[in-house]
Amino acid sequence: MLLVYAATELPMRGSIDAPCNVDSSLTGTPGASTYYIRNAQKEMNTPNMVTAILADYRGYDTLGETTVIFCAGIVVFLILRKLKDGKKI
Amino acid sequence: MVKKSSSIIVGIVSRAIVPFIQLFALYVIVHGHSSPGGGFQGGALLGASILLLRLTVGREGSELVFPERMGTPMSGFGVFIYAFVGVAAMIGGGVYLNYAFLPIGGMQPAELRSLGILLVETGVGIGVMATMIVIFDDIAKGNFHD
Repeated sequence: MLLVYAATELPMRGSIDAPCNVDSSLTGTPGASTYYIRNAQKEMNTPNMVTAILADYRGYDTLGETTVIFCAGIVVFLILRKLKDGKKI
Repeated sequence: MVKKSSSIIVGIVSRAIVPFIQLFALYVIVHGHSSPGGGFQGGALLGASILLLRLTVGREGSELVFPERMGTPMSGFGVFIYAFVGVAAMIGGGVYLNYAFLPIGGMQPAELRSLGILLVETGVGIGVMATMIVIFDDIAKGNFHD
């Protein structure tokens, strides 16, 4: 209920006054999306901005995603696989 | 155990299109810099091509393409590539995962970051491919704990 009430006050998507879209925040630091749009091509020679953000600016996030997939594989391995001589792992 | 498909048409057609699926997957991975795509999508395509072989040619035939015991090591190897690129950037003097400091001489920082993205996407692709195959193999084998 509280979340629904709070959601009515959120800025519209694509609004130029939204905090994630402004040129610089209240404290003077550059806003994230404008920084990416201006500097992605120049800083890493990559025309696809999505790839640049996914793999470089948000590299930690992607490393975590890969680790999650790896953990899924490891858990299936540990639960379902049985060794040939019948030993548990 | 997966039974191989009895239809000869399914077997021959799938064997014929698997190289094209894998070629397209490599294209999706290495061309992720300038078109939609990347490691996750390309890895899923690579894994799907191996799973198609597992389903149609049978386990004996598809073991030649991707051995079952290689699944878990390759899955870990993909994550290792990603983490090692980060550590290599630390060796070159930067912070973790800052590809501009990769210890490779004679390249601009922008080119180094582009190369770092490619290395990282390759690691992601290997990891996703191997994990899909590991999950399929372990579930399809069908022997649970007693």
